[in-house]
Amino acid sequence: MTGVSTAMARTPIAAAALVAAFALPAAAQDLRICVEGAYPPFSQVSDAGELEGFDIDIAKALCAEMGASCEMVQTEWDAIIPTLEEGKCDAILASMSITEERKQRIDFTGKYYQTAASFVAPEGFDAEITDAGLAGKTVCVQRGSIHQAFIEGEFPSASLVLYPTQDEVYLDLTSGRCDAAMQDSIAAQDGFLNTPAGEGFAFVGPAYSVPRYHGEGAGIGVRKSDTELRDRLSAAILAIRESGVYKEINDAYFPFDVYDG
Amino acid sequence: MEAMCAAAAAASEAGSPWFFNPCLVLSEAPRWVEGVWITLHLTALALVFGFVLALPMACARAARAPVVDTLVRGYVYVFRGSPLLVQLFLIYYGLAQFGFVRDSLLWPVLRDAWWCCLIAFTLNSAAYQTEILRGALVATAKGDREACAALGMSPWLAARRVLIPGALRRALPQLGNETVFMLHGSAIASLVTIQDILGVGRLVNGRYYVVYEGLLTAAALYMALTWLVVWGVARLERRYLRHLAR
Repeated sequence: MTGVSTAMARTPIAAAALVAAFALPAAAQDLRICVEGAYPPFSQVSDAGELEGFDIDIAKALCAEMGASCEMVQTEWDAIIPTLEEGKCDAILASMSITEERKQRIDFTGKYYQTAASFVAPEGFDAEITDAGLAGKTVCVQRGSIHQAFIEGEFPSASLVLYPTQDEVYLDLTSGRCDAAMQDSIAAQDGFLNTPAGEGFAFVGPAYSVPRYHGEGAGIGVRKSDTELRDRLSAAILAIRESGVYKEINDAYFPFDVYDG
Repeated sequence: MEAMCAAAAAASEAGSPWFFNPCLVLSEAPRWVEGVWITLHLTALALVFGFVLALPMACARAARAPVVDTLVRGYVYVFRGSPLLVQLFLIYYGLAQFGFVRDSLLWPVLRDAWWCCLIAFTLNSAAYQTEILRGALVATAKGDREACAALGMSPWLAARRVLIPGALRRALPQLGNETVFMLHGSAIASLVTIQDILGVGRLVNGRYYVVYEGLLTAAALYMALTWLVVWGVARLERRYLRHLAR
């Protein structure tokens, strides 16, 4: 420490430059947003290596609305809440459903979209969608998702297999290791069924929206102490709904309004 | 126990992300036990099968057997030349992309994540063990070979009674090292859906939105297993390398 301060005293210009270099990122980016990047069409990495998707566009629109400059922080899904709590980002905008369990750890804005969850299976899948019907069937979900809790709670006889990302769930659906997968309906439609890899697969069973598991729609997560940021973001969501920016983004991805599911 | 959990929940509610809540770990106790078993089972089988493959390959290398030497050299180069994780992904996700693999007789095996791990770990460990054993064989004292020849032993008999047992003794510390590496390397099984020690750790983290509870517990379990390996190897060394003991 002494060494540093002497060096600073001796070369004030270098010291000032050093301070500026460290201060710069904080000044230029007042909001860091945790996103996932492996959940098409909401969040993915493009061929050019850029983050893109509905979540990313919404994040940019909210930042523009609030007049904040934002930095996207790509984060592993199952570490995303701790990453927020440790202060490595300030908000989670990653298609995270607002659930009671998560609300014990973090705060949420109002929802920014709401969709149902469905099973996807190979065409010709004829097992009955009940706990008994799925007994012994391999059902694949993303680890730490609401879908894991849903299958554990409602289909305990199914043999549940957990994956780090939703992309890997799709990979093993096509390889045939998964008999069925449970995930968000829209993510499955656009991220899998509408792609070449999804040929020969279809939704099976109903679309589920059970508040106890699936929550009240997807919201933006913030630390519990950040009530001001939460309220600013909530207001910004309503503002872009109002201004038509939301609709513009929505229509670029979906043929219907995802706000109400 | 219940009072402790209630206190832990309250502290966590108060908002400290640094707090370690042992109840989250204990609530998944049966999974941890199963995770330890899977890690041990996979590691042990990979090491044993790897050894079975490595011994003949090492002999071929040490004896400079024509053609076979070159083939083994290529095999070792390939499996030591890329990360174990890449090899596992290639076997698990890579092979599954080919229709002919999915239609083949091998698919019931390759379909199973556990077998994919065992195959990847075995092939990888065999490469490392081949080099360990080759080194130990090459280091055989010249006098040992001469004594075998003087007694009129056939090359096979000499290998069985003198050269290989001697090499195994010399290789013991390095084989112990390989055991520890394999034990820790096996943690990547959790990336292809296996609920090994790290897999359970990440399950706990994912379920309760925490970091330390799952990872620290996993680290502690790996350390305990490492200690067991080190202790076991030290015992073997005391027995088989007694002439080197001080």
